[in-house]
Amino acid sequence: MALSGMRGLSVFISEIRNCQNKEQERLRVDKELGNIRNRFKNEKGLAPYEKKKYVWKMLYIFMLGYDVDFGHMEAVSLISAPKYPEKQVGYLVTSCLLNENHDFLRLAINTVRNDIIGRNETFQCLALTLVGNIGGREFAESLAPDVQKLLISSSCRPLVKKKAALCLLRLFRKNPDVVNVDGWSNRMAQLLDERNLGVLTSSMSLFVSLVSNNHEAYWSCLPKCVKVLERLARNQDVPQEYTYYGIPSPWLQVKTMRALQYFPTIEDPNTRRALFEVLQRVLMGTDVVKNVNKNNASHAVLFEALALVMHLDAEKEMMSQCVALLGKFIAVREPNIRYLGLENMTRMLMVTDVQEIIKRHQAQIITSLKDPDISIRRRALDLLYAMCDVSNAKDIVEELLQYLGTAEFTMREELALKAAILAEKFAPDLSWYMDVILQLIDKAGDFVSDDIWFRVVQFVTNNEDLQPYAALKAREYLDKPAIHETMMKVSAYLLGEYSHLLARRPGCSPKEIFGIIHEKLPTVSTPTVSILLSSYAKILMHSQPPDPELQNQIWAIFNKYETSIDAEIQQRAVEYFALSKKGAALIDILAEMPKFPERESSLIKRAGDTEADTAELSAIKSRAQQQASNALVVTDQQPANHPPQVTQLAMVKIPSINEENNHVDQEVTQTNGSMGEGEPQNGDILGDLLSPLAIEGPPGVSGTETLSEDGALALAPVGEQENAVKPIVDIAEIFHALCIKDSGVLYEDPYVQIGIKAEWRGHQGRLVLFLGNKTTSSLDSVQAVFLSPSHLKLELSSVPEVIPPRAQVQCPLEVVNLCPSRDVAVLDFSYKFGTNLVDNKLRLPAVLNKFFQPITLSAEEFFPQWRSLAAPPLKLQEVVRGVRPMSLGEMANLLNSLKLIVSPGLDPNANNLVASTTFYSESTRSMLCLVRIETDPADRTQLRMTVASGDPTLTFELKEFIKEQLISIPSASRPAVHQQPQPTTQPISLSDPGALLAGLL
Amino acid sequence: MIHFVLLISRQGKVRLTKWYSPYSQKERSKVIRELSGMILSRGPKLCNFVEWRGFKVVYKRYASLYFCMCINQEDNELEVLEIIHHYVEILDRYFGSVCELDLIFNFHKAYYILDEVLIAGELQESSKKTVARLVAAQDSLVDAAKEEAASISNIIAQATK
Repeated sequence: MALSGMRGLSVFISEIRNCQNKEQERLRVDKELGNIRNRFKNEKGLAPYEKKKYVWKMLYIFMLGYDVDFGHMEAVSLISAPKYPEKQVGYLVTSCLLNENHDFLRLAINTVRNDIIGRNETFQCLALTLVGNIGGREFAESLAPDVQKLLISSSCRPLVKKKAALCLLRLFRKNPDVVNVDGWSNRMAQLLDERNLGVLTSSMSLFVSLVSNNHEAYWSCLPKCVKVLERLARNQDVPQEYTYYGIPSPWLQVKTMRALQYFPTIEDPNTRRALFEVLQRVLMGTDVVKNVNKNNASHAVLFEALALVMHLDAEKEMMSQCVALLGKFIAVREPNIRYLGLENMTRMLMVTDVQEIIKRHQAQIITSLKDPDISIRRRALDLLYAMCDVSNAKDIVEELLQYLGTAEFTMREELALKAAILAEKFAPDLSWYMDVILQLIDKAGDFVSDDIWFRVVQFVTNNEDLQPYAALKAREYLDKPAIHETMMKVSAYLLGEYSHLLARRPGCSPKEIFGIIHEKLPTVSTPTVSILLSSYAKILMHSQPPDPELQNQIWAIFNKYETSIDAEIQQRAVEYFALSKKGAALIDILAEMPKFPERESSLIKRAGDTEADTAELSAIKSRAQQQASNALVVTDQQPANHPPQVTQLAMVKIPSINEENNHVDQEVTQTNGSMGEGEPQNGDILGDLLSPLAIEGPPGVSGTETLSEDGALALAPVGEQENAVKPIVDIAEIFHALCIKDSGVLYEDPYVQIGIKAEWRGHQGRLVLFLGNKTTSSLDSVQAVFLSPSHLKLELSSVPEVIPPRAQVQCPLEVVNLCPSRDVAVLDFSYKFGTNLVDNKLRLPAVLNKFFQPITLSAEEFFPQWRSLAAPPLKLQEVVRGVRPMSLGEMANLLNSLKLIVSPGLDPNANNLVASTTFYSESTRSMLCLVRIETDPADRTQLRMTVASGDPTLTFELKEFIKEQLISIPSASRPAVHQQPQPTTQPISLSDPGALLAGLL
Repeated sequence: MIHFVLLISRQGKVRLTKWYSPYSQKERSKVIRELSGMILSRGPKLCNFVEWRGFKVVYKRYASLYFCMCINQEDNELEVLEIIHHYVEILDRYFGSVCELDLIFNFHKAYYILDEVLIAGELQESSKKTVARLVAAQDSLVDAAKEEAASISNIIAQATK
């Protein structure tokens, strides 16, 4: 079927289809957009047919995924066309191009309203469709009464009525207040008497939404819904065209059953009986048939009926029928039914006590965990998670562990978390729990979050019986040739704390334990190193009487790390070294961690935060409360807070023992504060897994991780880890100089120097960046990336990743100025020197005045121009206050240096300056700019500035630009530098992208 | 509620998009990209539902075209699957054995017909006959206007001869 009469559109679509590649397509689209833009711009009296054609093309282009940022007005204006063909296009294209938040839609509200209250039925339909599809709050407030009138009007035909019902539904969703509950319950009841099934379907959708919001007002509608269901179930008075594969409107059946689920119960016995007859018929009478569509439709009804039965909490008999049906479904071949069977079983667990029956299907559900379809696997995982209890936890968790090896990456984290929670919640014994978690870390370490291993530490600490076993297991895992970093952390922690419990076993002497841990040190990351150091300190403390050889070995390590670049490691090394010299006192300070107060597992809390089905989680929570299990959480009945630990006392005493090391000890007291102060008022800190200090006796590793991310360094005020390298020049001052000069140094630190050289011609610039390596070793991971504002097109030739020693690399950079703007491009320059990553954000001196060409005007040339640019937005005037004090001559020099050439004598008043220049950009081409500055000799801090050019944006940007030059912004940074002569302060603020951008943009 | 309808070809080309919930243009492209990646790569014998960002997407493949509708987690998946089929049957009846090319060159018709099937992300009309009748009535309104315009231009042409 050809597009009647719109050849242009068909041709365009064919051409797009014939494009060989994306690039060609883009070219063709750009050409067309240019053409349409021109037509819309230049031909005011565009014929409706033409307009229609272009609007269609726009929609087609938009659908292909291109930005169409113009022509919305034309589409919207077609809505008010008098004739149907144009109006129709206007409505449809508007509702596709715009969404409810679009400002243009407001313009259309009046026209739309006129169409709704007008007499033309076809126009009413178009208007209702638009409002129903994209109407927002504003539409709701101004149109709801009219739409309601249509819906209840007796003269309104079905085709309008059903649209009005759904339109009102949309408006109600946007603002529930537009439907007055008192007035509407009766009307709604009347609407449900509707015989026309099209209108009734739409009204039922509206009803579902109303009743979900407030069922109290609509009790009178309940029997009507049951009547509708009866009518459909008996196939009474259902026209042939409303049956779908022989089923009386399955959609209406589903919607009606959905509406009934919003009523808490059905009290009237007759209504209830009638409904259950219908439901019984659906449950019993739905057979699997060959025709896919019939099957889907009948099962859509069946699943909704199941949901309704569950909701009404029917007699046990019906419930067991449901479970039996679901049991059948999860074993069928049809994947949709299998999926829904699993999903509904999970829902069923939530509402009724059918756990025992569902457990019979456990084997089948586990099979589904290996289904080729990820959608089904997800359902199976959720169901297994929900149905798990003490009796089947072992089986289910072991299945999950097995599946973990083959599961796709997207599911692993969820899987690991769920397995950890179940293991914790339903563990038949503690050692099993330990085994599961260690296996979990071993198999999927990358997907085991820190929460999980923190939790392990908490359990082991709180369960003395578990400690030797945990230490033994950790020791076994360390024998493996390659182990995951998380395993390293947990093993090192456990062995540090409890390896002395193994001391009599072969291979478990402090020395051997130390040896096997230390062997792994070169392979672990910085945060883990800190944990290892803590372990060494603990091992040292536990080896009594001290083994001098071991002691020397460990001291040597502490010594080595005293100069570590990582503040956390350094601090630990220094402190442990100092502490370990204290002999017997060490035993008190590094004593075992006290028990943690019992609290809700943070894993379960986290599971609640994840995207997981919250309903299903609440099910497991409520069941967990009912069930008595020997889960770990409850096993330890000891009061959370033990008698005060010796550690606390010891720490108070230390300073008096050894005055010299006073400051170290004080720091220890601070950092270990949470350990010593583990008394009731601080119970929260101690028990909270997310507060790593609580778990790790000595200063927490993860704590520093988060801290350094924030850039706040409570523990290490030495300086930001990144950018340990400071520039040796004042970057801000250099930038200001380069705004006027065209070549010079842009940045310099002890290792690197960046020079810049620029040539400007019209709206284009050619820059060369000179990246110089000042050192005798090569610089790695060199990266230069531009964060360019939208008005500049920057093309940087590739920057080599490595700069050889004492070499200089030249990187040409092409700049094109697209339109006037004061924004500044930022060069993100980073490199690695040794282990330091140095990252600097540098402003690129490609500023507005670089695109000026000086021009000197005579009075004859100047004044006609000045007068012709008479008023805003082309000519703008502003009184500027807070001007940097400078003499008139200095100001003239400043303007001249910016290539704003001052024409002396043009202004009769000697206190005034007149300047001119030509500005170049792609959008404005060359554009004359005129500036007049009137100064006040009595008050040099204020002046009046008038700027004029042929382009409003340019005028504005130029005015702001000059203002920035005149007022004290540049000098503001200078005093800061003078006050704090260390150049360190400057780069820190410059390397903070937030502050930088705020300053720049 | 249906949040959006997508028609995507096997090559990942978009043939129709209709958004009932507000998405910006950027979000729209992202949604299309994510979902085509997920759905086009699925094998033939899997179920018709994919879980995505807390929503469900019900999809069905007809020849080279995938029809996708995004719904809430708690919505009835099979019901929506059959809304898709209902729409396809109406298209099929209108074009007479519809194929992808019909929908490419007459994409506007596909939109008009969809507007008669869904409003506000809800099913509006479950009778194929009624939808066909309404769409035909619209077509004849457009044709009538065209004839009228043609006859007026004839009259003008004749008068200015």
